[in-house]
Amino acid sequence: MANTILILAEQLRGSLSDITFEMLGEGRKLANALGVPLYAALLGSEAASLAAKLGAADKVFVVDNASLNMAPANTTAAALKAVMDQAQAGLVLIGGTNVSMGVGAVLSAKANLPFVNYCRAIRADGGAVVLTSQLFGGKILTDVKLTDGKGIVSVYPGAFQADAGKSDKTPAIEKVEVSVEAPKVTFKKYIEPETGDVDITKQNVLIAVGRGIQDKGNVELAEELAATLGGAVCASRPVIDQGWLPLSRQVGKSGMTVKPRLYLALGISGAPEHWEGMQGSQCIVAVNTDPKAPIFDGAHYGIVGDALEFIPLLTDKVKARKG
Amino acid sequence: MDTNPVSLLGSAGLWVLWILTLIAFGVFAWRIYQLVGLLRKGRYEDRFDNLPQRAVHFLKHVLIQPRIFNERSIGLPHFLIFWGFVIYATCFNWALVRGLFPLLPVPYPDEVPIVGLFLELFSVLVLVSLAVALVRRLFFAPPHLHLSVDANLILALIGILMLSTVYGSAFRVVTEGGEFNAWAPFGSLLAKAFSEATPQTAHTMIAAAWWVHIITVLFFLVYLPYSKHLHLLASPFNVFFSNAATRPVGSLNIVGAKEDMTAGASKWEELTWKQMLAGFSCAECGRCDRSCPAATSGSALEPQQIVQKIKQHFVSVGLKPPNGTPKLIGDVIPAADLWTCTTCMACMNCCAVWNEQVPIIVTLRRHLVSQGEVDRTVQDMLGSLQRYGNSFAKSDRMRAKWVQTAGLKIKDARKEPVEYLWFVGDYASYDPRCVDITAKTAKVFAQAGLDFGLLYEAERNAGNDVRRIGEEGLFEMLKEKNQQAFAKAQFKQIVTTDPHTYNTLKNEYSWNGNGVAVKHYTEVLDEQIQAGKLPLKKKLTGRVTYHDPCYLGRYNGVYDAPRRILQALGAEVVEMPRHRDKSYCCGAGGGRIWMEDAEKVKERPSESRIREAVALENVPTFVVACPKDIAMFRDAIKTTGNEGKIVVKDIAELIAEAMEG
Amino acid sequence: MNIFVLLKLVPDTVEELEIAGDGKSLEAEVLRFKQSDPDEHAVEQAILLKEKCSSKVTVVALESPEVDDALFTALAKGADRAVKLTGNLINAQSFAAAQMLANFLKPEGASLPADTLILLRGQSIDDLEGEIGPFLAELLGLPYVCVVTSVVPEGGSVTVMKEFAGGLRGEFAVPMPAVIGIQSAEKPPRYVPFAKIKAIQKTAKIETVDVTPPDSLTRFGVERMYKPEAVGRAQMLEGASEEVADKLVEVLAKNSLI
Repeated sequence: MANTILILAEQLRGSLSDITFEMLGEGRKLANALGVPLYAALLGSEAASLAAKLGAADKVFVVDNASLNMAPANTTAAALKAVMDQAQAGLVLIGGTNVSMGVGAVLSAKANLPFVNYCRAIRADGGAVVLTSQLFGGKILTDVKLTDGKGIVSVYPGAFQADAGKSDKTPAIEKVEVSVEAPKVTFKKYIEPETGDVDITKQNVLIAVGRGIQDKGNVELAEELAATLGGAVCASRPVIDQGWLPLSRQVGKSGMTVKPRLYLALGISGAPEHWEGMQGSQCIVAVNTDPKAPIFDGAHYGIVGDALEFIPLLTDKVKARKG
Repeated sequence: MDTNPVSLLGSAGLWVLWILTLIAFGVFAWRIYQLVGLLRKGRYEDRFDNLPQRAVHFLKHVLIQPRIFNERSIGLPHFLIFWGFVIYATCFNWALVRGLFPLLPVPYPDEVPIVGLFLELFSVLVLVSLAVALVRRLFFAPPHLHLSVDANLILALIGILMLSTVYGSAFRVVTEGGEFNAWAPFGSLLAKAFSEATPQTAHTMIAAAWWVHIITVLFFLVYLPYSKHLHLLASPFNVFFSNAATRPVGSLNIVGAKEDMTAGASKWEELTWKQMLAGFSCAECGRCDRSCPAATSGSALEPQQIVQKIKQHFVSVGLKPPNGTPKLIGDVIPAADLWTCTTCMACMNCCAVWNEQVPIIVTLRRHLVSQGEVDRTVQDMLGSLQRYGNSFAKSDRMRAKWVQTAGLKIKDARKEPVEYLWFVGDYASYDPRCVDITAKTAKVFAQAGLDFGLLYEAERNAGNDVRRIGEEGLFEMLKEKNQQAFAKAQFKQIVTTDPHTYNTLKNEYSWNGNGVAVKHYTEVLDEQIQAGKLPLKKKLTGRVTYHDPCYLGRYNGVYDAPRRILQALGAEVVEMPRHRDKSYCCGAGGGRIWMEDAEKVKERPSESRIREAVALENVPTFVVACPKDIAMFRDAIKTTGNEGKIVVKDIAELIAEAMEG
Repeated sequence: MNIFVLLKLVPDTVEELEIAGDGKSLEAEVLRFKQSDPDEHAVEQAILLKEKCSSKVTVVALESPEVDDALFTALAKGADRAVKLTGNLINAQSFAAAQMLANFLKPEGASLPADTLILLRGQSIDDLEGEIGPFLAELLGLPYVCVVTSVVPEGGSVTVMKEFAGGLRGEFAVPMPAVIGIQSAEKPPRYVPFAKIKAIQKTAKIETVDVTPPDSLTRFGVERMYKPEAVGRAQMLEGASEEVADKLVEVLAKNSLI
């Protein structure tokens, strides 16, 4: 029996998410290494038209069923199980995103296969597949070996390049009829992001503040620096939860994904949830009092020190430089 | 002046006097009964210990009132008005009794020449004092002085009393022929103006003055317990029962409580009777507000208002519960106000009636904490203390990491006996700005030949500020953990880095009579220098100023040790205008260091302090003796743009410099 | 409502994590456990619901070191009942834990009351399976929504808000009984004064229920556990603050950001 690789193509409001291409790119490499085909599953009546973009896959299984639009994890997993059987898939990759969270676990229960979460690297080892996952917010890595190459994997967003999964090829498309039980959970409506004064996804320069900013008053210091550099202020979740900045300024897993030319992270330790939203920035500069803060592992430039002390100093220097 | 022959509106004077007296004393007694009844509804605490010490305290601070003199303009006038009042009150009662019992074989007080002279002298002195007080109120009122009609009315009443005395005396001189009477000098002077008056008129005027005087006093008697001048009755008791009379002001321990005080007070009945008495004693003078760093930096907190609002609340609610009783915290006193207090003790240090504002604020905070109503940042900090025993959310195993980093070897007091157990404290152990100084301090200790050791990871935050935030249960837990650690260590004395730690270890921990001396490092190093044990290789030159930390100075009276050290090092100590017990708080105390600034800050206390220091001529060094000060003032130098003009140095850094040569 | 909150302590990452000698697990000796943030939010959400509409809140945890503290804390916050499942189950992965919790919540032959709401964290940082909610929902046959930031009861169902990405959220109606993965409560978790926890420890009891662990506590093994090498470590700018600021301005200028 062929042990094919299947990817759940994730989409939200009619467009495919980055994670879909990230998984396609990595899935392609793995499929080539193992010598098996790579398939993608596209679920829901609004999604069918997106199949053409999944050229990195050898074939796209489309389940065109309105019950799968905004469906809960167990409904999605049930349909995916049917596709899995149809595709004779052994390894299923699912995005570790808010949108897809839960699907993998249910599927693993239904398929009675191991479920490995937080996966950051995948490699073939003979016929086996070795998965590297992060635990404890990235402080520890673990390798799991799927000796028969079978399992359900939740892929950490941002772990792989999305570009590698984009292809001009036109994939074969196979429609699959699946009887879908009407989900108990009903989707009612979207709640649009709070329209903030600024769209942080469109800024060239972002001054990001974290827990280290200590109090609301200090956000002003960051605002001043942002104004000087011609950018905007954004924040990690703790700052938003405090209500110091509106939700529209949140960067990270539940917030915005940003790719500015400069991302200046002040008092942000660099939890994976935050990292996910800003890792694509061209130049990342981190200021943190803790020399061991994980943010320094990924930033381009690091400064160990108190962000509060540093902000006004930098503002003055930049002003002086600009004259 | 006998009441018998007088007829007022057709009634015999004697009867009128009896009726007025009975009414006035009746109303007075009823009011006092009501007010004492309210106090009795408060929680119990034992303030009846050490009566002789209390008596001494009473004698000094009621009879001489040195604290009144800390504001010069009103010091002497108040002193004279007070003593004038005492003398007049005595004579009034004398005159009243004489008037009520006309057959008593004693003269009226003003008929006794020497007493008459005293009354005259005082009435003039008091009149002058009243003029000073009135002018101060009208034209030179200091901020926070409560300018009420009430106060002016009372000044006027006292004025009437004094004038009626002098006028009575003048007309008596007239009846005696108008000759100058050495026993009534002012009366004689005034009598000249009335030399034309007939004896008949003069007699009537004497009677009139007498009645005006007596009726005014009786009115005063009724009015007094309804006015701010209740302080005149309550404050002597307040002074007598003040904690400062018998124990260190740095202790928040409540003695003899019959209820669990951990959850503080949300209703007035949950305050102790002594905390309520504060309201009756407050004279609304505003000294506390003027000294308060929170009030001065523009926050809504005014220690005087806390005391006053509580009084107004429990007097109105306690005597006649209205529908929908306002909440003590929230409606009467906004919670935000309570959180701006830095517990710096400035208010209590200057209160002329020895009120205890800080413990009241802490009591109210305790209630907020018991309801979980705490700033998010403070919550995180308290959570960290619960879990790791420090406020930095760092592992307790990392507490003595600075020892390693600095490559030092320091004894572990749990494993070998030491003379001094060094209780390093959170900031000195964990704050990256402080650890270098801590290492320097360790080297200074070693070179001074001090036999010292640490508790290493067994040390916990001592809980001083936790307690003042109002998290009493957590304070108890930290204290217990520390005391368990102490029990396992061998030492004779304790030396602390942080004055906050110093305060609670010294005043709030129980040492079971072990005779463990708790000392601040400046005290220990001062002793070593005095004993010639500190090898100073070079004399420092230059002018420095020294900031008295609240918890070292006002709380524990340590002012001289750090100054002696600085002098021994060769530095010239230039005092800031606010120094020693007038020192101005850095703004970090009472948990403030973990809280957000209030919305409208005019000038942070630390910034005000730095500006004060920078204004000194040619003083480039700002010396501190508290790790929190390092954090606060280095920050303030930046925010006030004074980099390059002044630097903050810990006194240990200076010693280290002098020892390096 | 009948609310269950499922708690699980996670190793405290404030402490150094050490790899054990077998190279496949953490050194248990230095591990300390704490309640995870999402768990605290789940408890808070339950208490908020209880305050809004009368509910009975039961906190449930599998036996593990320091778990009693977490249960008592939840009681002090206002939970009505605390249950600890015991048995030799310390190393249970999410699926096995879900099996035991499912057995406790709905023993063979019993059925869940219609107003049951099970709240739990969306993910755990310490487990490779990482999600217990979907397993539990699958085993109990209940609907499941995760990454939820608010729960509003409406008749026999709850309206929940789920976060997607980029600030976009969606509203879902979930019929009870249901399992909800909480991302954050409507309000930040409340502070419980220490005295309250102490008092609860004296007055309240934690019920212990012995459970039979499933045949296997894990569904797969770990090949290797290790600390990540700091790859692509940032270039550190060092010196006095002035100096560092100057260096950074140079960097910004070089990248034509100024």
